Amino acid sequence: MLGLNKKDAYLFLLVLALVVFAPFLLNPFPENSELAQFNAGYPDLMQRFLIFGIFAIGFNILFGLTGYLSFGHAAFLGVGSYAGVWMMKLLTMNVIPAIFMSVVFAGLFSLLVGYISLRRSGIYFSILTLAFAQMSFSLAYSVLTPITNGETGLQLALDDPRVLGVSQVDGSIPQANLFGIPMRESFELSLGGWLFTFNAGYYLCAVVMMVAFYVAVRIFRSPFGMMLRAVKSNQQRMNFTGLNSKPYTLAAFVISGMYAGLAGGLMVAMDPLAGAERMQWTASGEVVLMTILGGAGTLIGPVLGAGFIKYCENIFSKINDNILYGWFSGLPEGLADALVFVIHPFIGKGWHLTLGIMFMLIVIFLPGGIMEGLERIGRLFKRKPPSEDNAAAQASAAPAE
Amino acid sequence: MSLIRKPLNRRSILRASAVGGAALATPTVFTSRAWSAGYLNEPTGSTVTLGFNVPQTGPYADEGADELRAYQLAVEHLNGGGDGGMMGTFSSKALKGNGILGKKVEYVTGDTQTKSDAARASAKSMIEKDGAIMITGGSSSGVAVAVQALCQEAGVIFMAGLTHSNDTTGKDKRANGFRHFFNSYMSGAALAPVLKNAYGDDRKAYHLTADYNWGYTTEQAVRESTEALGWETVETVKTPLAATDFSAYITPVLQSDADVLVLNHYGGNMVNSLTNAVQFGLRDKLVNGKQFEIIVPLYSRLMAKGAGENVKGIFGSTNWHWSLQDEGSKAFVKSFGQKYGFPPSQAAHTTYVQALLYADACERAGTFNPCGVVEALEGFEFDGLGNGKTLYRAEDHQCFKDVLVVKGKENPSSEFDLLEIVEVTPAEQVTYDPNHPQMAGGQLGTCNPGV
Repeated sequence: MLGLNKKDAYLFLLVLALVVFAPFLLNPFPENSELAQFNAGYPDLMQRFLIFGIFAIGFNILFGLTGYLSFGHAAFLGVGSYAGVWMMKLLTMNVIPAIFMSVVFAGLFSLLVGYISLRRSGIYFSILTLAFAQMSFSLAYSVLTPITNGETGLQLALDDPRVLGVSQVDGSIPQANLFGIPMRESFELSLGGWLFTFNAGYYLCAVVMMVAFYVAVRIFRSPFGMMLRAVKSNQQRMNFTGLNSKPYTLAAFVISGMYAGLAGGLMVAMDPLAGAERMQWTASGEVVLMTILGGAGTLIGPVLGAGFIKYCENIFSKINDNILYGWFSGLPEGLADALVFVIHPFIGKGWHLTLGIMFMLIVIFLPGGIMEGLERIGRLFKRKPPSEDNAAAQASAAPAE
Repeated sequence: MSLIRKPLNRRSILRASAVGGAALATPTVFTSRAWSAGYLNEPTGSTVTLGFNVPQTGPYADEGADELRAYQLAVEHLNGGGDGGMMGTFSSKALKGNGILGKKVEYVTGDTQTKSDAARASAKSMIEKDGAIMITGGSSSGVAVAVQALCQEAGVIFMAGLTHSNDTTGKDKRANGFRHFFNSYMSGAALAPVLKNAYGDDRKAYHLTADYNWGYTTEQAVRESTEALGWETVETVKTPLAATDFSAYITPVLQSDADVLVLNHYGGNMVNSLTNAVQFGLRDKLVNGKQFEIIVPLYSRLMAKGAGENVKGIFGSTNWHWSLQDEGSKAFVKSFGQKYGFPPSQAAHTTYVQALLYADACERAGTFNPCGVVEALEGFEFDGLGNGKTLYRAEDHQCFKDVLVVKGKENPSSEFDLLEIVEVTPAEQVTYDPNHPQMAGGQLGTCNPGV
């Protein structure tokens, strides 16, 4: 199907189903229950899952395939965001030009950065990209304030020209839309105690993400992808055979930069603001975490990693002591106090700690990330466990790899 | 591919137009909304949810923690608990201690991380997931401006927390956003006469400015008001926000012939730059036959605590201080102190007042509808909330009230007693025209109820 082999086609359909039915899947708890705190099925977070999923998929094309660890990918996301907001300020509130120009600008910028940084590999490459990203961040934060509006972040104003649209509607800024469908628009479905929200912006993200995912699968399975893997396994040997690997790595770098730009453009389409901290090194580090957490080099791992981190950030950070006391209200007071005392460091402002512990556990026990975990669970439920000699054959085959 | 090769005929045109028509009609499918109410997140049950969006991590986490304490206290008072705090001294008597409009006040909290993106994400989840009808908090102007714009787009009220930049109610003002805290212009206007009295009108100032939006507006405000006194600005230098060591910026000050150093820094920046400046012996220097002086336009108790000994005798301005002796301040300090065991900071004060003002506006408007609340707050005059007579100006949604000029205390009696009030600059003196050049640009627009 669509030039995919059977396994990839199944994976693609699975992802499609997950994405389409996410508003149901992410809201498993009824509205009024105590556990509703853990529901993630509201538009903003669902959009973030997909947008950072795209970002991580793109990053994985570079890191997962070529092994080049870029520590500056947030810069491309930032450049894309700024390009997107400027399109909305100057041209129209339709999101298409914004998203398109985000990809173009991020692509151009990544071409520049990649051309210079890819002269080195390994840690030197990482440092170079980090330097570029921090440079972009500092520029956006202060020197380029006329373009980026500095610390406050670039946002829309009532007197923007918007030559193809209108500057304002009844004294407010027009909404970001796709040919008249506002991105904020939601349709709510109430079933019993459950409330499901279907958001127009989310489904735009979903379409874009499925396209991005499809392209990534094709790249992974293409001869080009094979070349990139060769770079990862032994670039020197590749060079000795007379192959120039630079065009391949540069192409991979630009493609992943464009993915980052696409994510930036979508962020702007969902929420028209671009802040400089989007380019900070912590943001670059975050996408590295997402990829490693999910499983570098796997197709779907980075998306899961992105979802995991964004879930922690948005759900755990919002639990406060009051909510905890609500949960434990049935218990005797002393016990409730003790429980709250124990859990307190891990919630609210402590969400970084929770995330850090999870990250350590995963990296130590599942070096292949969440994907390895899923695989292990999958193996448990396999109908035919590998027989003795099969396992022996595998063991003897392993060193050859 | 096969479609393209076919010649156009009547059927294919019909088919194409049917598909096109359906595509064009889709927007109407999405316009159906589950809520038929007049405004977004209308509270239908017996409770109303407010969103407290404060920095719990990052450089302003201290201020954020204090803001959250104040909000919890405000909720307690609104729901009729505690001693009622400033509700007793507030000039408007609409609040009855039975929640807001008879609905019990509940709240959700979030972490802004002092980043615009994270703050907006947190505010969005409060609006979309928790059904918050009002968002308040923040301890940085960048965040305040970003969240204010979001609330305008989404259609809820935003009550700004600690934000001092002119832009919040200047070029980035929004109809749904309100600020109680004072701003850079007011700091400059309040400080100028005090500085003239203390240091004379023939001074040469050297500015070190944090390199971001708030720094710029503060530098501009202080520069313009001191130049109006007759001071000369020798040099203005921008310092990176992430800087922790300012020695490289202090040395040139020694070589210039400036005799006053203005530190347009806040939080940790100010603590470090002031410490460096004092270590370099700036304050013991005589330049042009005058004692060298240092000024910090925006002071807070938490910063004074960080800088320790070094703040002694240094002038600055602040929105509120717990040692004020009016009835409102005394009541607030008492109930805050009883609950938490130490006096509140100015961040706590402004957020507590904002929560009360919002609740009161709802009561007076008789609705939670943002447009009703905006109408009730615009041009609202009140008293008894610690700053004397105060006006919420309709033109830019900025509060106009007295500004405190403070000085680092020479002999502090406790770890909280670090600042002494030098002068209470009356509101008239810090009031400006809404079209003042420092505030120019930007429009309020119209209120947005979110539907």
